[in-house]
Amino acid sequence: MSERLIDITGRVKSVWQRNWDAFLRTYQVNFIPPFVEPVLYLLALGFGLGTYIESVDGIPYPVFIAPALVSISVMNSAFFECTYSSFVRMYYQKTFDAIIATPVSIDEVIAGEMLWGATRGMIYATLMLPVLLLFGVVAMPSSLLLIPFAYLVGLLFAGIAMCFTAITPSIDALNYPSFLFITPMFLFSGTFFPLDLLPQPIQYFALAVLPLTHVVGINRAITLSAYSPMNLFNLAWIAVATALFFVLAIRLMRRRLIV
Amino acid sequence: MLPGQKRCGRREFRQTYPGGSEDRGVSERICIRTPPQTYLEEQTIEDVIVARDLEKRFEDLVAVDHIAFRVRKGEVFGFLGPNGAGKTTTMKMIQCISPKTGGTLEVFGMDVNTHQREIKSRLGVVPQETNLDPDFSTYRNLLVYARYFGIPKQEAEQRAENLLAFMQLEEKRDVRVDKLSGGMKRRLIIARALINAPELLILDEPTIGLDPQARHLIWERLRNLQAEGNTLVLTTHYLDEAERLCDRLVIMDHGKILVEGPPADLIREHAGSDVVEVEQTPKVIARLTELGVNYDLVGDMLQVFTDRPHDVARELLEVCRHEAVTVRPATLEDVFLRLTGRRLRE
Repeated sequence: MSERLIDITGRVKSVWQRNWDAFLRTYQVNFIPPFVEPVLYLLALGFGLGTYIESVDGIPYPVFIAPALVSISVMNSAFFECTYSSFVRMYYQKTFDAIIATPVSIDEVIAGEMLWGATRGMIYATLMLPVLLLFGVVAMPSSLLLIPFAYLVGLLFAGIAMCFTAITPSIDALNYPSFLFITPMFLFSGTFFPLDLLPQPIQYFALAVLPLTHVVGINRAITLSAYSPMNLFNLAWIAVATALFFVLAIRLMRRRLIV
Repeated sequence: MLPGQKRCGRREFRQTYPGGSEDRGVSERICIRTPPQTYLEEQTIEDVIVARDLEKRFEDLVAVDHIAFRVRKGEVFGFLGPNGAGKTTTMKMIQCISPKTGGTLEVFGMDVNTHQREIKSRLGVVPQETNLDPDFSTYRNLLVYARYFGIPKQEAEQRAENLLAFMQLEEKRDVRVDKLSGGMKRRLIIARALINAPELLILDEPTIGLDPQARHLIWERLRNLQAEGNTLVLTTHYLDEAERLCDRLVIMDHGKILVEGPPADLIREHAGSDVVEVEQTPKVIARLTELGVNYDLVGDMLQVFTDRPHDVARELLEVCRHEAVTVRPATLEDVFLRLTGRRLRE
């Protein structure tokens, strides 16, 4: 087969489009979570639990968690799209097999799936923004930046997800990364309390291997419209990791699917 | 029929599906043609697929063991063999989705390991497993698939409509594919394989699990496609299907090609013109041994492959009850079982 690192042409769009079409067919269901999720979290945590917390580093609690809610939603939508949903298409529906019988390469199938996962993350961020605006917990217009950034974040988690999908023996085994990677990240990435409350070694650990830490760092800077030099490091980390996982996912999938 | 001879006719068909829908009509003119004798000698006909010393090795097994074959433009070429013989692996190498590990394999004169896109764009594939897209309707399945080939939307819509008509699926146009019957799914897969107007169609067990009506419709359509100049390569476990459809075929076993040729030649060569079947008794065996006639043991029956069935039958009638002797023409199934044995596979 091709000896190039990755072999991708414009045909990747046809794979992306297939998922877009399927998404639109069931849009009523797909549009519910991004509206409901932030409302529930903001009411329960922000305004419920938040009444006991006056402020975090001088920021009202609902305003503190708002960017984390966007980060988590983008992470979840991209990650679960490229684990469970991609696995179903690959293993049960044989959709990948059908596509690679055409001039579309396996690399393009996997890339299309990841670009779609990223798109889904961006759609969710876009739909959440008006809800957060209604609650008055995000600054405008700087918060519009959440949308393009969600695409990059989506691509990062789609890539990580696709690596797991490429090596998982069965759909059940995908529960491991969900519970051992995604759930801890959801709690320990500076989402609901500042990272510096944690012991120093755990802070370093979070910065080194929990991608969501960097995502929350940047999203919080965006919604507060207050940037720091640390955000550059966050961005660099995300950019490098996204590129690495994107290529790694394709290489792992080639190994799995080309026999 | 003599080589090169043609037999034509029309057939009325009618098929009812659960739910009350029905397909009926008069078929287009069907022609059954034996391959012209020239196929055997002539080398000037363009070869669509050429395999030499082709090998596919997995870690602990050689699935395709240095085989050679040629598929000529416009013919129907069959791969037969028991499960695990290497047929599907060979198909996957032709489709450029499973890289060969040795030898050469050229499709349209291009190497399968280096020209995948070019080859795949001119290929239609009917896979063994139904892999239609369950998220879409019958019609949308064709449109979504056309996009993978980069066919412009309008052109794709036109082709999709024509193909639905060709495979008699117009009534199911907007039905989700999981609501289709097995036969309709198979027809849709064939329609999908034709969306890019392929020059070469690869069918891995195209009529698996279908009722006779659906099989006949598919056979007819495959014949239409051949008549239009397409090349067809197929695998099948139905030997009557192979005998009916294939101009030439190979029988594979354990990754090797055992025989190659037109079905009629293979039958003549490996089974003789007729088979005399008789119950197995010591008297029968004694008589056959006395006459010096070879026979095969099959369960409690005994088969004699011969070009002189009447003589053999007459002799046998002298030593056993007349209802115990059957004379029938030899079939491809006889050839297949003689060459690959009767032991179960997998």
